[in-house]
Amino acid sequence: MTTLATKRTGRKADKAEPAVSSKIRLATAWLGGCSGCHMSFLDLDEKLIDLAEVVDLVYSPIADVKEFPDHVDVTLVEGAVANVDHLELAEQIRQRSKLVVSFGDCAVTGNVTSLRNKFPLEDLLTKVYHEGPGAVPRGGEYDKIVPALIPRVLPLHQVIEVDAFIPGCPPDPERIWAAVSALLAGEPVVLPEKMRMFG
Amino acid sequence: MAVITMTINDELVSGVEGQSLLSLIREQGIELPTLCHLEGLEARGGCRLCLVEMQSTQRLLPACTTTAQEGMSIQTHSERLVRYRRMILELLFAERNHVCAVCVMNGRCELQDEAAKIGMDHVRYDYLVPELPMDATHDKFAIDHNRCILCTRCVSVCDSVEGAHTWDVMGRGVNSRVITDLNQPWGSSRSCTSCGKCVQVCPTGALANKGSTVAEMVKRHDFLQWILDGREKKQWVMHNGGSEGRR
Amino acid sequence: MKRSDLQAMARRELDRQQATRCRLLCCASTPCLSSGAATVQQALEQAVTDNKLDAEVVVVSTGCMGPCSRGPMVTVQLAGQEDTYYENVTPESARQIVAEHVMANQPVADKIMPSDLPFFAKQHKIVLANSGVIDPERLEDYVARDGYAALAHALREMTPEEVCAEISKSGLRGRGGAGYPTGLKWDLVRKAPGEKKYVIANGDEGDPGAYMDRTLMESDPHRLLEGMAIAGYAVGAEQGFLYVRGEYPIAAKRLEKAIRTAERRGLLGSRVLESSFSFRIDIRIGAGAFVCGEETALMASIMGRRGQPTPRPPYPAQSGLWECPTLINNVETFGNIVPIIAHGADWFASVGTAKSKGSKIFALAGKVNTTGLIEVPMGITLREVIDDIGGGVADGFSFKAAQTGGPSGGCIPAEHLDTPMDYESLRALGAIMGSGGLIVMDNASCMPDVAKFFMEFCTDESCGKCVPCRVGTVQMHRILERITNGSAAPADLQILQDLCTMVQETSLCGLGQSAPNPVLSTLRFYREEYEAHIQRHECPAGVCKMTEAPTLELVEALPRRIRELGTIPMSLA
Repeated sequence: MTTLATKRTGRKADKAEPAVSSKIRLATAWLGGCSGCHMSFLDLDEKLIDLAEVVDLVYSPIADVKEFPDHVDVTLVEGAVANVDHLELAEQIRQRSKLVVSFGDCAVTGNVTSLRNKFPLEDLLTKVYHEGPGAVPRGGEYDKIVPALIPRVLPLHQVIEVDAFIPGCPPDPERIWAAVSALLAGEPVVLPEKMRMFG
Repeated sequence: MAVITMTINDELVSGVEGQSLLSLIREQGIELPTLCHLEGLEARGGCRLCLVEMQSTQRLLPACTTTAQEGMSIQTHSERLVRYRRMILELLFAERNHVCAVCVMNGRCELQDEAAKIGMDHVRYDYLVPELPMDATHDKFAIDHNRCILCTRCVSVCDSVEGAHTWDVMGRGVNSRVITDLNQPWGSSRSCTSCGKCVQVCPTGALANKGSTVAEMVKRHDFLQWILDGREKKQWVMHNGGSEGRR
Repeated sequence: MKRSDLQAMARRELDRQQATRCRLLCCASTPCLSSGAATVQQALEQAVTDNKLDAEVVVVSTGCMGPCSRGPMVTVQLAGQEDTYYENVTPESARQIVAEHVMANQPVADKIMPSDLPFFAKQHKIVLANSGVIDPERLEDYVARDGYAALAHALREMTPEEVCAEISKSGLRGRGGAGYPTGLKWDLVRKAPGEKKYVIANGDEGDPGAYMDRTLMESDPHRLLEGMAIAGYAVGAEQGFLYVRGEYPIAAKRLEKAIRTAERRGLLGSRVLESSFSFRIDIRIGAGAFVCGEETALMASIMGRRGQPTPRPPYPAQSGLWECPTLINNVETFGNIVPIIAHGADWFASVGTAKSKGSKIFALAGKVNTTGLIEVPMGITLREVIDDIGGGVADGFSFKAAQTGGPSGGCIPAEHLDTPMDYESLRALGAIMGSGGLIVMDNASCMPDVAKFFMEFCTDESCGKCVPCRVGTVQMHRILERITNGSAAPADLQILQDLCTMVQETSLCGLGQSAPNPVLSTLRFYREEYEAHIQRHECPAGVCKMTEAPTLELVEALPRRIRELGTIPMSLA
């Protein structure tokens, strides 16, 4: 079972660790999902204050950081891998984080984001854009503005190695808290039965 | 009836001759998952979740179709069995398009439940993403093949309890599909009595009442025992020209 | 018909045969027919008529002679001479054979297949003794070679117990693959309580490249019927079913004809050979499902249900067709019954090894010089079969593996070529005897690719009833596909192996339980080939195209490539 403790000693970082803070460096990322998992994260409410005591939120859609930083301890990843930007970010996350957590059903299973997998990409884009109203960018091709979609949406663990899974659509705050507190305590994420249901 | 004695998880237990292993195991309060078997329907041995380990030969046998025998010794939750059950659940989730978040049975689905119970938190296999239809031609019910796990409880209940045999299976392997009549739209079926038994026994959101949306569908299995009991006790037989039914 | 009538018929036929100076045997089995045997036979008949030889020469259409890759085959039997085998006969060479060999006693040298070739010399024909010698469509031909004498003997001189005991004593084991002792099975059915019992011959042969049962059914149908009738007498059944694969129309036609003839002559039907024993045989034609070769699925199919297996126990011997005790044996097993009853258990047991008695038919296929149908004594080494009988691997290539048992079997590498072919030795190598498929592969074969082929077969043929087989085979096939196209990740090998053991141990019937065997056996002996595919993205045999890359590598490369190309490679996912 992967925990922060084993990962901290087990893997050597490329560059020297920044010595400034003893706080745990937490990141959250948003790939192909509805942001519901992040909303649920915010529903931790007053626990967010407790959390802020022990972590530095170094990257997140709710923090204005452009580049995924180095030396992250834990990254929660919401959403499935759906386009080339996600591929790139997923790869960076894996290289720069000690623990990567699939956060919510889309990251774990593909979920709603992957519903499009039943249709060939071409047909999908034609239906949504080309046959739709107005002048729209041609989809599918890389146009240097909108990231190109990959042919099939993938759950995160089919793209990079994932250390823990938090299912749920979205995972409710209790689940998130149970998982995050285990991670921060250096324990493996073992959610009780009621907290590991999909959907 | 003769009594038999056997060992389950190193505990001596006694049961009745001819009793299935599954019922004896459950009598001991041991939970054993079954996605194809349902009490009251004929045991089938298809989902392989209720496999137990014979201590003597190390062989795995489905508890639902195996008869308990004197002197037998079995394990129900060995490391190997739990590992295999998890793999079977993963295979099922990967086979069709089970998107729990947008399912009528979300929160009450047997497949979803079993995954949570065993701690199957992700699927290691490729999602096969087959293209499967829905049939909503029936007035009251609909079938979504994307969520069907081919347990064939619907086939069984329709044949052995309702006596209509509207449901059957076509194709084979991963291309198998449950069908109504000879693969005709359900709504046009002349054998279907619209009794809804198939919907009630379905473990997932494949069969549902029309009009129910995400997480709204509630299914009841208890009707099955109620009918079977009534049938055994001849509670619906007409006497003196009138009905002495249970109602 | 009584026993004496039978003997009279045999005498008349033998007299008739001896009165002809020359018999021209022309193979009319599926392989020879597909290479033009029908026109060869017409040419022979025309040449005989044209040369006014009708009184002294007969043309006989027979069953299989063995060297199928050299067909059409013709045998010339001239009175007072040894048989001469002709290979690759064409209508022209057929006319030549009549003109030169039959009329002028000058054999056509360039078409002769020498009878002292190891192909013939190393074989031991027990089951196929009549194959290629008699006309399968003439009862008289069969009777002339002591046909139905074993049945007559059993009915008159033996009790059912004695028949079962004789079969047990012979050491005969099931030829369908599993090798269960036949006598024991017969005795179980005989002793099983129940008024009605059934006998089934399983002719639903489905392994790719295997055609032992087809050949037997096409070449010597009466032997099969006689074996089944003896079984019926031994276990107390009055009804037999012959389940014939749907793709075997010639076999079905000949069996149908044989049943009608035997019934008309009182050799089947009510009061067989004027005894108190009655036995009827009906044919059931399969509809193209491999799984119906599994006994419980086969019985479901006979009963008109969907061809799906049911868990055992109960075994068919306790509760089979319509819940009655049922004896089910492979066609080849039934082919062994007549010689055992006719020549005795001791004679039979003198052939073979300590635990595997008698002979076994193999369909020798693949990269050997002579392929065909062979019958060899149990215990013969694989090397003898490949090098002597098969004439070795073609020049310029080297032997790599022998695959036995089809999609349920495994591959045997060169270092085990001296393994004796018997049930236990083959199983110890992770292969199986199987029903008799034997495919030889040379160094141009890629083993992960071979495993993929068999796995694809299993995904197509899985009935869909149990989850491990239905979905597990598809997932294993996907991984094998990734391995052979270059997109497998190192972790895939472990996932594949775990799936193999799980599917093996948890599947409902033999199809699923044995589906992982080709993978496991190639992993055991050719693991470095898998590793080369996965780690170095190369196929040592040069078979796999390796056109894809692993998803993880794509993750790094893809965004860059997309920017370069301006489009998405559709191969991802």
